[in-house]
Amino acid sequence: MSQIIIHRQFRAHTDQLRQLREWTRESAGKGGLGNDRIEQVIIGVNEACMNIIEHAYKKDPGDIIFKVWQEPGQLVFQLTDFAETVDCSRIKSRELDDIRPGGLGVHFIQQVMDRVDYIPGKDGLGNTIQMVITTA
Amino acid sequence: MECSTRQEGQYIVITLKGEVDLHYSPEARKQILEKLNDKNHVLVDLSGVKYIDSSGIASLVEGFQLARSNQLEFGLVGVSDAARQVLELARLDKVFQIKATIAEFIDH
Repeated sequence: MSQIIIHRQFRAHTDQLRQLREWTRESAGKGGLGNDRIEQVIIGVNEACMNIIEHAYKKDPGDIIFKVWQEPGQLVFQLTDFAETVDCSRIKSRELDDIRPGGLGVHFIQQVMDRVDYIPGKDGLGNTIQMVITTA
Repeated sequence: MECSTRQEGQYIVITLKGEVDLHYSPEARKQILEKLNDKNHVLVDLSGVKYIDSSGIASLVEGFQLARSNQLEFGLVGVSDAARQVLELARLDKVFQIKATIAEFIDH
């Protein structure tokens, strides 16, 4: 049985990132995570949202739905957009030895989350990223 | 985010405070690149940074690369725990010159 902790909808704009981090902090705390883990989760959710703003919506921002829920043994953080569906096979982390600006977001998400799933929307519209923290 | 600059010895010190995220990092990037393009040695003080995301880190990497290509010095000062956590995630904590105080750069 799952229990919803938070469910918000907001505009995909950089001025919303601070609020998203606060919602993440609040919901991760309610989900029972410790302070260090909360800070890591905030990094992951923030980077996932940045990717939506920069790469999914680009210059035409739409809405994002942020949902967090608890299931037995895990806490799930989900962001859903309504942009054109992105080819999941193109979402990759880059080599860190290649020191250059940019391209770190996916690496950060993979490092701080226990599992990350990309779920394409139907009929070429929308993307969902689901980030799971194991709590058991 | 707050961003201020001052001269300390041979360095321009750019102090970033608060949350350096995608909304504010373009300002940090502008300041860093501007000072380096004016041929200054640059230190970025991160002691007051409460949060920095990959776009903020990218601004620092750009500064690092521009400084290197122009034979200028570029370093990080007083890196906060929050900033260090993200630098370590990016495995950049060993790439940048990092010191606890500005004096350590000046005395070097």
